[in-house]
This record gives sequence, structure tokens and C-alpha cells, in this order.
Amino acid sequence: MDSVTKVIRWIDYRLPFFSFIDHELRGYPTPKNLNYWWNFGSLAGITLVVMILSGIFLAMHYEPSTKEAFDSVEYIMRNINYGWLLRYLHANGATMFFIIVYIHMFRGLYYGSYKAPRELLWMLGVVILFLMMATAFMGYVLPWGQMSYWGATVITNLFSVFPFGESIVEWLWGGFSVDNPTLNRFFALHYLFPFLIVGVVILHLIALHQHGSNNPLGIDRKEPRDSIPFHPFYTVKDMFGLGLFGLIWAYFIFFNPNFFGEPDNYIPANPLVTPAHIVPEWYFLPFYAILRSIPNKLLGVLCMFGAVMILFFLPWLDTSKVRSATFRPWYKWFFWGFVIDCFILGFVGAHSPDHIFTDFGNLSNQTLGQLTTVLYFAFFLLALPLLGIFEKHKPLPKSLSEPVLKKSIIVLILLTLPHTVSAEDVPSIPQEKWSFEGPFGTYNREDLQHGFQIYQQVCAACHGLKQVRYRDLAALGYNAEEIKAIAAEYKVETTDEDGNIIEKPATPIDTIAGPYKNEKAARAANNGAFPPDLSLITKARPGGPNYIYALLTSYETTPPKDIQVAEGMHYNPYFPGGQIAMIPPLSPGIVTYDNGAQPSVNQMAKDVVTFLAWAAEPELEERKRMGYKVLIYFAIFTGLMYFLMKRIWARVKN
Amino acid sequence: MTEGTLKPQSHKPTRRDFLLLTASAVGAVGTAYFAWPFIDSMNPAADILAQSTIDVDLTPIPEGQAITVVWRGKPIFVRKRTAEEIRAAEQTPLSELIDPETDQARVKKGHDQWLIVVGICTHLGCIPTGNKPTQNRGKYGGWACPCHGSLYDTSGRVRHGPAPLNLSVPPYVFLSDTHIRIGTEEVSHG
Repeated sequence: MDSVTKVIRWIDYRLPFFSFIDHELRGYPTPKNLNYWWNFGSLAGITLVVMILSGIFLAMHYEPSTKEAFDSVEYIMRNINYGWLLRYLHANGATMFFIIVYIHMFRGLYYGSYKAPRELLWMLGVVILFLMMATAFMGYVLPWGQMSYWGATVITNLFSVFPFGESIVEWLWGGFSVDNPTLNRFFALHYLFPFLIVGVVILHLIALHQHGSNNPLGIDRKEPRDSIPFHPFYTVKDMFGLGLFGLIWAYFIFFNPNFFGEPDNYIPANPLVTPAHIVPEWYFLPFYAILRSIPNKLLGVLCMFGAVMILFFLPWLDTSKVRSATFRPWYKWFFWGFVIDCFILGFVGAHSPDHIFTDFGNLSNQTLGQLTTVLYFAFFLLALPLLGIFEKHKPLPKSLSEPVLKKSIIVLILLTLPHTVSAEDVPSIPQEKWSFEGPFGTYNREDLQHGFQIYQQVCAACHGLKQVRYRDLAALGYNAEEIKAIAAEYKVETTDEDGNIIEKPATPIDTIAGPYKNEKAARAANNGAFPPDLSLITKARPGGPNYIYALLTSYETTPPKDIQVAEGMHYNPYFPGGQIAMIPPLSPGIVTYDNGAQPSVNQMAKDVVTFLAWAAEPELEERKRMGYKVLIYFAIFTGLMYFLMKRIWARVKN
Repeated sequence: MTEGTLKPQSHKPTRRDFLLLTASAVGAVGTAYFAWPFIDSMNPAADILAQSTIDVDLTPIPEGQAITVVWRGKPIFVRKRTAEEIRAAEQTPLSELIDPETDQARVKKGHDQWLIVVGICTHLGCIPTGNKPTQNRGKYGGWACPCHGSLYDTSGRVRHGPAPLNLSVPPYVFLSDTHIRIGTEEVSHG
């Protein structure tokens, strides 16, 4: 016995750590016929770890106060090393986590993994889902954008339907509205809950290992040759799955990071203005649809909570003794019908309640929601109990080693819930070509400098860029001396030796503040309108750069006859409502470029939008460059794991 | 735990071993790269690094006194020395010093009236007194640390323990006779 073995033995005799790992991870007997749908449990575990890690590192930089939260998130995005990566990893991670967990649950539903003796295993899983929902909701509040604020308001108000509801809601808020105390406690709990999830996950695993995994046939293992050790067979299979998952996750982080987000959340929270169309994150949409479909407030809230609570009773609602849908000819159809119903509910939740689907015989969204809500509950309360009584199942195989099953095919359902604009009379936004578009796009440096010149000479009269610092302009190609000169043209407030507030020239580390000291001053100077800060404007509006471009180039002198343009307003078909306070900002000859050219309005609009896109996403080029490396890495990793898996599994197949 | 589970089975290298080794190596490298953004996020942020230089106007400092300016969150003593203090610093034999260093090595050539040091005691990080003549400067006329009694001379060198090292001299450069930039040795750095 060598000395390492001796040390291991010494430790193991006192603390059976190594035996535990050996028993539960290495030798752990696992059914040999698990298909790829069984990959999602380990993927969920890995996602949880990555979410906790990225969350802890983000928490080191985040400021949980209503004054600082929004800016601190932008500070993370722009100044913290790899801050944009941590945030996009975390934000898209929430989405990935729910996709994984929902697939994991549908798998359990299809193969009857909740049936005896795995009832508690399933119920612990439902507890995890509840905790995840609470965690995700509170996390979404933290960036303190418009959706954060109004999401928090709407969800906390759900509790007002209960007895003493008013007091409960005020207790949740720590005040009379969602405010600083609410944000602080949500941050504290958002940090705590993931660790509660870890605790329940451990219980979930203990329950799992008690009777081992269910399997696609849903029958118990009877002989030793039905099982194989977890390692290396399922470790390598899980690694292969992880590689594929990494590719998908990385695609969203590096090439489409705001795909699942809402533009409105890049607008700082405003307690006095509710966004026109508020929606929760996609993973809550089916439940949100149930809430809205029911015209009675109390009943709506109860049904929404009930839609999740009912999962606790699933093991007893399903009266069939046969686990796997493979042998249940009727249940199989009901299962897929239920899956489709959940998708339709999500679709309903994404559209406003008064939406009418003209393509489907003028079906109203409300009716569709009510119909699908009824079907949702009917699946659990009618279909499952009755199927067990009336359904005749196919003969079950005697053992796992007997049957030859059809190979299951992975169907990756990519969620493409349409991001619809509310059906106002806004013309659809024309698509322009942008240098920074697409996976290979980069900012054109000349356009950026021209765009900045337009910002300085035109936009800066009313709009600030407070998330951008002068030193960031180095990315436009300016050198240190030029940046210093640019900064010195602006003034910042400071206090002198005697405590008086004085103005001094800005330095490169100052942010590009707007011309007004506060919102009131800005409104007073602009006929009551508030010129928004432009730092995030291309991320904060549906349509992004195309919308800003369309807005800048579409001031029409003669509005349609039926529109009465108010005093001091200007007609612009792309602005919601058609009337905008901003005067037409660009006109021929307003700017002369350094090369002597006098650009057209369209050219100026293009340049300034390119500049604003940079101001909103300065990390874009670095992000894409890194994205390619990560995708190539995961492709290699997945390929290697695939071949290794094939080789390791060759023994089992024969 | 059985012995067999820990003992590697001896067999000839196969293609499977090669794949396993390659896959493990790729996984290990990936994990290491994955860790880096997390670690690096704790380093000073871009805007904090950008504040790494400050300019100081020397004109308001009277002879025999020092001011404290903040550079990278640390106090920097900028002291205008009297002729007598300079002479005392220059004539101290190196053999009497705990951390031997000449006065010339601690000031800029042609600007030996100006002593610029980080105002943090090299013992445990307290801030020594002595910027103003009214404060205790200790018997060597420089600074005295209130925490554990370390004494520094007019060149900022430690003369009496427990501090082991002289007050450190930050990088700085004279932009003109009356302006310095702390944080860099080059004039052009922005």
C-alpha cells in the first residue's frame, strides 16, 4: 500500500468522504437505458453552481439602493473587468436554468418519474421550482429598470387578495410602495435563496439515490445486468450534454445577450410611469396568462398559485400504475396536448389581454387564455385520474435488458416567442444596414467619430450620456491628449477649499453629464418633456438602432389630417402617439465634418446612431471576439466527449 | 471501500486512453479559462485604474510644512523642506540607518527641497504625524507614528523601530518647477 492510499484510508475511516464519492458518484448503479432526456438533471445542477458563482461575483460590485442600483449595473457592464460577461452569463443563465428545469420536469411527467416510490423526490423538485421562481423574480428586480420596478409592484400586489392583504403587501414592501427597503430585502433574499435551493437539491439527490433513477421503460430493475456504474458511462454522457448546452448558452451570452430581455428594463425605474406593455420574463408567462384570463382578482391569483401547487399532488392524481408513457397509448397524446397547452399559455401571456388574433377567426386573447387555463387544470384533475381507470396499457417488458427500444431523438425546441409591439398605429420600423450588426459586425471608427461630433454639436444641447466617461472615447480612436481637450470643454461641479460649489473643467474620468442639473430643470427648459439620457437609448427602445434612425429621419412637415399636433409638439410617425416634443434635430448643414463634407440628414442620422449604439454597448466587439473563442472551445469539447462517449459505451451496446 | 476501486488497472495504452487524456486536458484548460474572468473581476476596475495619476500644485505649500494629497486612496505627504532639514538628511551617515538609503535617492535631482513620500507607516499602516510644525515630529524632525512610536527623519527614513522600512517614495514627475504628477515617471502619461 503506497502512502497516498494510507492517507486516504486514514481519513476515510474517520470521515467516509471517499467512500461516499465512490459509492454515490462512481459505483452508483444506474439503469443502462437512460436516454438524453436524463441529461437535464445534471445540467440543472451545473447551471445552479454557475449561477451562484456569477451571482456572488456580481454582488461584490452591485449597490442595492434605489439611487445606485441601475447605475451600478451599468458600472459593472462598463468598468469592472469582464463585468459584462458576468452579468450576461447570469442574466441568460436564469433563462437557461428554467429551460433546463422545465425540460427536466416534462421528462418526469412523460416517464412517470413521480410515481411510487419517487413521490417525495418529485415534491422536492416542485419545492425547488418554487424557490427558483422566487429567486428569479427578486433577481429581476435588482437592476432597478422599469420592468424591474413594475414587475415587483404587480407581483407583490398579488398578495393583496388574501385576508389582511393590505398589511401583507406593506410588510413585503417595508413601506407604502416598492422602494428602497423593498430593493434591499430582495437583494438579501436573492442572495439567500440559491443556498436554500442547494439544500433542497441535496435532499432531492438523497431521495433519488434511495431508489435510483427511473428509466424510459418505467419498470424496476430486476437483475444486475440492468445497471451500469454511473462513472464513466453517465459522467461522460453528462459531459457531452454539457458541451452542447455550453454552445447554446454561449451563443446567447456573446451574440444575442438581450434576446430574452425587455428593452424597457434599460430605462431606470420610474414610480410615476408604467410601461405601456408590461410582461414578466418568459418563464412566468404561462402562469401570468392564467392570472389574467380569469376576470375575478381573487380567483385569478388562486388559480395562478394553484397551477404550480397542483404539481405537489401529481403522484396521487395520476392513478395509473404504469410509469412510462411508452406503454400508455392514450396518456401519450394527453401529455403532448398538455405540452402544447403550456406553450399556448406562454403565447397568451406574451400578448396584451385585449389582443385579437384576426388570423384565427377573431379569437380574443382573453378567450384563448380561458380555454387553455381550463385545459391546463383538466389535464391534472380529469385526464390523469380517469386515464388510469379506463386506459389499457401495452404489455410491459420483463426487464430492462429485454426490449429493444426505438432510438429517441433529441428535439431541441427553440423558444421563439414573438416579441410583439402593442397594436398601435405605429408603422413598422424599416431595417437599416449597420456596420456593427451580425456576428462579425464591428463599429466603423469614422462613423463613430462623426457620430460623436453630431452628439456634441447637436444632441448634447439637451441630452446627457451619463454612463459614458470621456476616457471611454479612446475606443473611437482619440488619443489621451485629444480626450483631455474634449473633456475640458465641459464643466463639472466640485467644492473648493472653503466648501463653495464651483465649476471646473471635466477630466477624462468624469462622465458625460447632460446640460441640466436635474429632471425638473430639464422639463422646465423643454416644454414639460424630459430629454432622456442617451447612454442606453439603442438598448432601451424596441427596434433599437433602427427605431432611433427612423425617428431622426421621419419628421414630416404635414401630419395626416386626423392628427391634431399640440402646441410645441412635432409630428413623427415612429414616436408612440405620433407627437414628440423634440424639435427636428438634424438638418442639412448643421454639422461640417473634419474632412469638410456636409453630410445629408440620413448620413448624420446613421453616424449618430452608430455612435449611440457604441455608447450603449461599448463591449460589443470584445464580446464577439471572445464569443468565437468560446464557441470553438465548446465545439472541440463536445466533439471529444462525443467520441469518448462512443468508445466507452461500445462495451454496453454489445 | 474496496482496494480495487483505487488501484489503477494496468493495461496497455489504447485509443480510449488517448481520448480520455485529451478530453480531460481540454476540460481542465477550459475550467482554468472559465475561472479567469471571475478572478479578474475583483481587480481594480477600468475607471479606478484610470485615476492612477494626480497632479499637485506646489505653490501654496510653505517652507517647513507638508500637505497630504490622496493618490490611489493613500495619503501622500508633499513636504517643502528647509535648508537645515535638507542638510540634516544629507549628512546622516548611512551606518546610522535601519534601512540605508541616501537622501539623493529619495528626491528628484534639482528639486531636493521637495520630499514626496507615501504617508503610511511601514510597520502596520498607521498615518504618522508631523506635516505641520505644531505636530509631533519626533527627535529626528521628520514624522512620528502615533501607533507604535516609529520615528522618521527629514528624508522620510525610519530611524527608530518597530517600522522596518523607510516611507516609500511613489512614482512622480515634475511637470514644471511648481507642479508634480504622482503615479507616473513620464510627463506624457495622461
